[in-house]
Amino acid sequence: MISKKVVLRFPEEIAGKPLVSDICKKFDLTFNIMRANIFPRKEGILTLEISGEKASFTSGIQYLKDNGVSINFVEESINRDENKCYHCGFCVAVCPTEALTIINRKTMKVDLFKDRCIACGYCVRVCPAKAMSLPEEF
Amino acid sequence: MVSFAIKMTRRHKLSVFKVNKTIEEINDKIKRGEAVVVNAEEMIDIVRKEGAIEAAKKVDVVTTGTFGTMCSSGALLNFGHTAPKIKAAKVWLNDVEAYGSLAAVDLYIGASAVKKGDPLNAVHPGRFEYGGGHVIEDLIAKKPVKLSAEGYGTDCYPAKRIEMEIFIDDLKEATLLNPRNAYQNYSVATNSTDKTIYTYMGVLKPGFANATYSSAGQLSPLLNDPFYLTTGIGTRIFLGGGVGYVIWHGTQHNPNEERNERGVPKTGAGALAVVGDMKQMSPDFIKGASILGYGVSLSVGVGIPIPVLNEEIAFFTSVSDEEINAYIFDYGHDYPLKIDNNYGLTNYKELKSGFITINGKKVPTAPLSSYSGAVKIAETLKQWILDRKFFLTKPSALLPQSKDYEPLKYLKKYEKNL
Repeated sequence: MISKKVVLRFPEEIAGKPLVSDICKKFDLTFNIMRANIFPRKEGILTLEISGEKASFTSGIQYLKDNGVSINFVEESINRDENKCYHCGFCVAVCPTEALTIINRKTMKVDLFKDRCIACGYCVRVCPAKAMSLPEEF
Repeated sequence: MVSFAIKMTRRHKLSVFKVNKTIEEINDKIKRGEAVVVNAEEMIDIVRKEGAIEAAKKVDVVTTGTFGTMCSSGALLNFGHTAPKIKAAKVWLNDVEAYGSLAAVDLYIGASAVKKGDPLNAVHPGRFEYGGGHVIEDLIAKKPVKLSAEGYGTDCYPAKRIEMEIFIDDLKEATLLNPRNAYQNYSVATNSTDKTIYTYMGVLKPGFANATYSSAGQLSPLLNDPFYLTTGIGTRIFLGGGVGYVIWHGTQHNPNEERNERGVPKTGAGALAVVGDMKQMSPDFIKGASILGYGVSLSVGVGIPIPVLNEEIAFFTSVSDEEINAYIFDYGHDYPLKIDNNYGLTNYKELKSGFITINGKKVPTAPLSSYSGAVKIAETLKQWILDRKFFLTKPSALLPQSKDYEPLKYLKKYEKNL
């Protein structure tokens, strides 16, 4: 079993196709929707956590790619510039998954758990020191 | 000045305190390498264990710190005369407008000025990528900054337009001059409305879904000197990584705000105007800030040493997070409309725990002021004193004082517990 968070981008032409439903039926995968958006140019973006057998997972991802979906793995994509971050906490207020959170309540330093990140980009926009970044494809 | 001198003499003669030390004595101890210096967090346990009197005998200086976005900051620069000379009436630094109507080549750049052509909140919430705060950080980081200026031309200052690159080390003067910093305490912000709002208190989610606060609490300078007994005009401080001074009370300084049983104000109250040489400062402690949907500001690191002259000062410097209260305000509705209403009182222990209660509901909290930065500042200041590089000052005049203060009034209330 593997489980990975992916960001899927659906160009306008395929935004209407039930591709995610296909991968469940055809490859026996399960998914958890973390974020879904349709932009003014009808391009869709969907952040999912997809789980299943390793072979099915690979085939499912390939199926999406073959149908024109662009795929980015969320894992390790968020980055914090440690020279810029001064642990103010603005990001903690907006992070929806506690990927940015404060564990040690004495030092009050902001921890980053990359595995919890869903690449929503809220922290990137809110960080007053511009310490947070995501690759352009997100 | 006169009344201050009389007050000090009278206090000394009456000797209401059991411990009586002077700044001169403490400075002598610093010189001899014998001064005992602790930070305001460490002082809490010392006073709890040994009592205020013993703590006052033992500890000479308590260092404090705070590091957060502080609007009402800016830099006063003199860029030197050009050839031909210009009387710069309009000035921009990296396309951020500064105020030039001071003299010929003096300018003041405010932290919250935004870059020319910034879309502001046209697409809400605006990003405010670059502004005065960033110019100040860039100068301190020793990066080149583009200066453009326009003048109308005079017989003595004929140039009408100049553009040049400036570096901090080439400037005649680069002075950080902040009219209001180190707010004594601050509000807790939340949002009652059904829309996400973008404020200087960060992003506040609808329906009281989160709350933010901005103070270093038990480490914060004026929360450790709640009645401004040792911090006054002329007090030497840590400012942005260099040495600075308190020059006046901060704009909006209000010593008569409501206080708790320890004498600690429950909201903003006091503030300081500070000054310091930017050439000594470091980008580790001065940072431009882009606040989503709000604008540009400057994060400033301030540290103030408090001389432990008597047991009352020892008592005040032992304040801990749970003894510092803050009111919760609705930034979605009441605050913008200037409606005097609050959602209860919390304290910094609760705020720092990650949750407070509003209307019976558990609400997650997030800080906006860097507590780890505050610790670093208090520790740096401590090291400067231990290294005999930094000496304490006696204020040349006090800040506007609170009507609530009487010597020993608050310590006496607590004596049994100490």
